[in-house]
Amino acid sequence: MTILSEVSPLDPEAALAGSGAGPGFRPWGGGLAAGALWLGAGALTAVWPDADDWGYTQELAILLGGFGGALVVAGLLGDRLGRLGERLRPKAPWLIALALLVAVWEVLVAKLNLLPRPFFAPPQSFLEVYVEDGRRLAECTIASFGLLATGYLIGAALGFASGVAIGWSRAVAYWGHPLLRLIGPLPAVAWLPIAFFAFPSSWSASVFLIALASGIPVAVLTWSGVAGVNSAYYDIARTLGAGPRFLVLKVAVPAALPHVFVGLFMGLCAAFSVLVVAEMVGVKAGLGWYLQWAQGWAAYGNMYAALLVLALVCSGLVGLLFRVRDRVLVWQKGLLKW
Amino acid sequence: MVAAALPLRSDTAPGMALEVEAVSHHFDLHGKALPVLDRVSFRIEPGEFVALLGPSGCGKSTLLRLVAGLDPPSAGRLLADEATVTGPDPSRLMVFQDPTLFPWRTVRDNVALGLEARGLLRSEQHRVQKAIDLVGLGGFAGAYPHQLSGGMAQRAALARALVNDPRLLILDEPLGKLDSLTRLGMQGELLGLWQRAGFTALLVTHDIEEALILATRVLVLGPRPARLVADLAVGRPYPRHRDDPHLVGLRHRILELLGLAATW
Repeated sequence: MTILSEVSPLDPEAALAGSGAGPGFRPWGGGLAAGALWLGAGALTAVWPDADDWGYTQELAILLGGFGGALVVAGLLGDRLGRLGERLRPKAPWLIALALLVAVWEVLVAKLNLLPRPFFAPPQSFLEVYVEDGRRLAECTIASFGLLATGYLIGAALGFASGVAIGWSRAVAYWGHPLLRLIGPLPAVAWLPIAFFAFPSSWSASVFLIALASGIPVAVLTWSGVAGVNSAYYDIARTLGAGPRFLVLKVAVPAALPHVFVGLFMGLCAAFSVLVVAEMVGVKAGLGWYLQWAQGWAAYGNMYAALLVLALVCSGLVGLLFRVRDRVLVWQKGLLKW
Repeated sequence: MVAAALPLRSDTAPGMALEVEAVSHHFDLHGKALPVLDRVSFRIEPGEFVALLGPSGCGKSTLLRLVAGLDPPSAGRLLADEATVTGPDPSRLMVFQDPTLFPWRTVRDNVALGLEARGLLRSEQHRVQKAIDLVGLGGFAGAYPHQLSGGMAQRAALARALVNDPRLLILDEPLGKLDSLTRLGMQGELLGLWQRAGFTALLVTHDIEEALILATRVLVLGPRPARLVADLAVGRPYPRHRDDPHLVGLRHRILELLGLAATW
């Protein structure tokens, strides 16, 4: 605590002098290296003049330098960062690689102007987009998130229910299996006319497209999971007095859950990839819409900035899904034997 | 020492009578009928411990599935306490060679399965821990099946059956996959459980010695399609010793019946 309050982020020598006395103190070498590289990237951005008149170069330099400074402080604090430090520690190689990537990118595009324009944008134009068009991007992100969440939840629920039904009942499988095989591989764009016709608003048509795209992998994987359940589990449950309801809900479904989660993951990826198509039907805000708009105006900086947001939202949701899975499937983990 | 391990009923005898009447069974294999059991008949009195021996693949496990009510016989009928078996029932429970615990449930929840399926969990909750303690898994109620050794998993499977207070325990080579030391120990435990709880036991095994140590009667089946070739009363008090000359004689006799006398 005292160290944090005494030392400014850009004064590493003072920090070193102040903290060296602690017992068992170990700095975090990886953090120091990464911090130095980020500081270097910032200095390079600030000192080397741009080949063209890009905006926000100095702001980018401050941002890079600030991040580097924070990493240097974290590196000097080392062990004293506690839990946060433990979580940061394994990230050092990535932090180093990213610093190098940003520096190379900055030099190639902004400083040397080696890559053809307007297809490539330097790092500072991302910053420019986020600052100047941030409000609209935030609105679009929220709109897309709402659309995606609604479509995905509906699709996952229906896909799960139909997967269980197809896997469980021979009669449902007779009709459902060929349908799923026919519909499954069709691209989402193919449904645009029907979605337009069948749904009252463009928003509900978009929800339909996302639900369809995410529901199919969930249905297929749930079905294969339920169909593959060890029949001995059913024998056991039946002799113990289980009825059909118990067999479905307490035997088939939990046994199929590992498959279901693979389906949920694939469905989430499918939902993201049809987002752009789903937002073609006439919605007025959304990342997919923003991407098309930016592309239409050849505003590639805006496009890349929106893509980055899309990628971060996607990986965040996938991470969330994995956390839920690890919690639900805790019985699969930890192969401790005695 | 203990009259009954898990007293739930006082109105009926703890063991069930089982009557197998001219039971034949066949499987459909590519449209052809493959006979498995050929007019098998025997009766088991309440509280008996009957071992079923026979060559590999002779249809012993099939017979057990019929007794459990998991499949209907092609011909003949089975009577449990003089009532025709039409389907599975918690009074006739089976323990398989594989413990087949539900991997997503802890030991406690696996043992609770039968009570939960029948909607008795709320009122009979206390029986779950009792059954777990009975098979010596007291400290492992919260463990998942993948954390258990083979012997412990089979004990849990036994507890999953015993918690329902079955009147007929059908054992399909329950110790077949255990190492020989664990196996010897669990034979003793099985015997103790049977003596205390008083259920009827029907055990399929490949181990003649195991049959002779545990059972009051040994039924020997012939090769497929299986017929009953011998019905031998063991008639020795417990605990039995493996080198008891009477048992050694019986063992020789059974090997002869199975066509393996030359190997002895």
